[in-house]
Amino acid sequence: MDSQKEQLYWRCRRGMLELDELLQSFLDQGFDKLDDEQRVAFQQLIRLQDQELLPYLLGQTLPTDGKMAHVVNCIRHAYRP
Amino acid sequence: MNLECRKFDALVIGAGGGGLRAALQLSQADASVAVVSKVFPTRSHTVAAQGGMNAALANVSPDNWHWHMYDTVKGSDYLGDQDAIEYMCRAASHLVIELEHQGVPFSRLDNGKIYQRPFGGQSQNFGGAQAARTCAAADRTGHAILHTLYQQNIQARTHFFDEYFAIDLLMDKDGFVLGALVLRIETGELLIIEAKTTLLATGGVGRLFRTNTNARINTGDGMAMVLRAGIPLQDMEFFQFHPTGIAGKGMLITEGVRGEGGYLLNGDGERFMERYAPNAKDLASRDVVSRAIAVEVREGRGCGPDKDHVMLKLDHLGSEIIKKRLPGIRDTCITFLHIDPVEQPIPVFPTAHYTMGGIPTNRYGQVVVPVKQSPEEPIPGLYAVGECACVSVHGANRLGGNSLLDIVVFGRAAGNHIIEFLRENRYHRPMQNAQDSIDRALARLARWEQRREGETVDELRKELQKTMEFYCGVFRTRDVLEQGVKKMLEIEQRVAQATLRDHSQVFNTARIEALELENLVDTGLATVVSALAREESRGAHSREDFPERDDQRWLKHSLYYQEQNRLDYKPVRIKPLTVESFPPKPRVY
Repeated sequence: MDSQKEQLYWRCRRGMLELDELLQSFLDQGFDKLDDEQRVAFQQLIRLQDQELLPYLLGQTLPTDGKMAHVVNCIRHAYRP
Repeated sequence: MNLECRKFDALVIGAGGGGLRAALQLSQADASVAVVSKVFPTRSHTVAAQGGMNAALANVSPDNWHWHMYDTVKGSDYLGDQDAIEYMCRAASHLVIELEHQGVPFSRLDNGKIYQRPFGGQSQNFGGAQAARTCAAADRTGHAILHTLYQQNIQARTHFFDEYFAIDLLMDKDGFVLGALVLRIETGELLIIEAKTTLLATGGVGRLFRTNTNARINTGDGMAMVLRAGIPLQDMEFFQFHPTGIAGKGMLITEGVRGEGGYLLNGDGERFMERYAPNAKDLASRDVVSRAIAVEVREGRGCGPDKDHVMLKLDHLGSEIIKKRLPGIRDTCITFLHIDPVEQPIPVFPTAHYTMGGIPTNRYGQVVVPVKQSPEEPIPGLYAVGECACVSVHGANRLGGNSLLDIVVFGRAAGNHIIEFLRENRYHRPMQNAQDSIDRALARLARWEQRREGETVDELRKELQKTMEFYCGVFRTRDVLEQGVKKMLEIEQRVAQATLRDHSQVFNTARIEALELENLVDTGLATVVSALAREESRGAHSREDFPERDDQRWLKHSLYYQEQNRLDYKPVRIKPLTVESFPPKPRVY
């Protein structure tokens, strides 16, 4: 892994198991398919607090920002049980 | 090797609620404080605590701290130290109000007072009617407390070292702790943080088990640092499991599902709880349901290709009830299993939740060890609070709502004691007298750099977690635990020969994960060795071959030393501070 992705990987270590599972598996399975703009949106997304991220990633609501909402959907679709 | 060195009055390792509460007390008293955290502080696991914080405010039902104390002693199955429990329960109301003044938005009643909800194990009048004792900020109490404490620390000018990983404690020849060796994750650089006092607040070690509810950061780092410094861990055999987590993943499926009418099925489609608890069935207590699931799986009646879980069926409740009353559970299942519980059952297995054991401390947060005739002599300069510590207010089993209370009460108490210690110890002790411990920590790091071939960290961690789950989970017998000790000793040897997949310096998460794996090995051995020795069933430690509590032989705390996997014991502090002791009696709810 390159160091930038390693940094993202570490910053996807969160205070909650649910977020660890979804974010880190997305880095393994979906992140490389994002374009540059979407990668920026992903970085914005993981700057949110854990309690803000959780309802997005559990599909309960979506961010108002369209690009971030798209990335949230990518994370949810990429997850494999 | 010349290492960069920074000096502070106090070093706090871990930035969850316990560490931040202690740091705040110190910074407000004008001590210079460094907080080291391997992740950004508000991503500590305190953020996941949803339930709330117990305090006998009596806003909803009649209540007082003495009833809270009784419930906590009884909940601990009489292994809790009654002086520390009295101290905690007395302090609770004051600290809830203090948190509110600091900015925690506790939910309110219509009359404006703080709302309190009932929780299991809470009673009025020493075992009478249900009490409502848990204060909550909606379902995000931990988050609210953590953020408030972080902001207060920023205001008080606490110095944060974010994304630094603590490697080991530095101890001089006289046994004083002088700080820690830490690693800056971003660059791979090492740094000595020299401090007159060091406080460990690194949280629990739920990652020991394959199925657990904990964030991936919970790898027992502080506990393992203490073991490597020659200090024992206390009561590590006591680990709280929740009966229904998503199998193999750990996310909690609340009891509410069974409360609404959901029930468990084994691989034969049998509703097996009827055999274990003919009356309560699926609503039997957590430990009974957890053990029943483990027995079904061990006896070959599990579900799935590996027969390693059971099913929680709730589709018969109907889509309307599930969507209305259990929406969060449905979202969790759809997200992590891609199944809708409206149509399909949920694969579940007992999930590891909370570490009752930990670093032995007194109620001032001082780390204490037996020395000659005294069972509890403080290690000068070393403190611990929160889930990594064992003070011991939870004893053999923690009550819901007592963990947030524990971190706030003892974080503050430790901060106050450190302030006194700093008044009497005005100067840093010479670091050259701790050179041996620096060399040992550097040698441990160097070993990982030297090996270029061997098993990988990921494989070994998975094997460790499976081993701990199968041989030291909820189903425990002498035979099973003996095999567990043997297998964990083998894993220890294999980890000593394992290799890093990446040797670079910048954001090398592989190196951090390797060091975390070593911490899991150290704390895992402490857990399984302590569990093998304790030949009784008490609280969360349940032995099929010793099904009763045995106060004659076992009303005592275990102390595990890493050297030769040795065990020692010390008495439970039965005498409270001011009130009569609660003597052990059968624990019936």
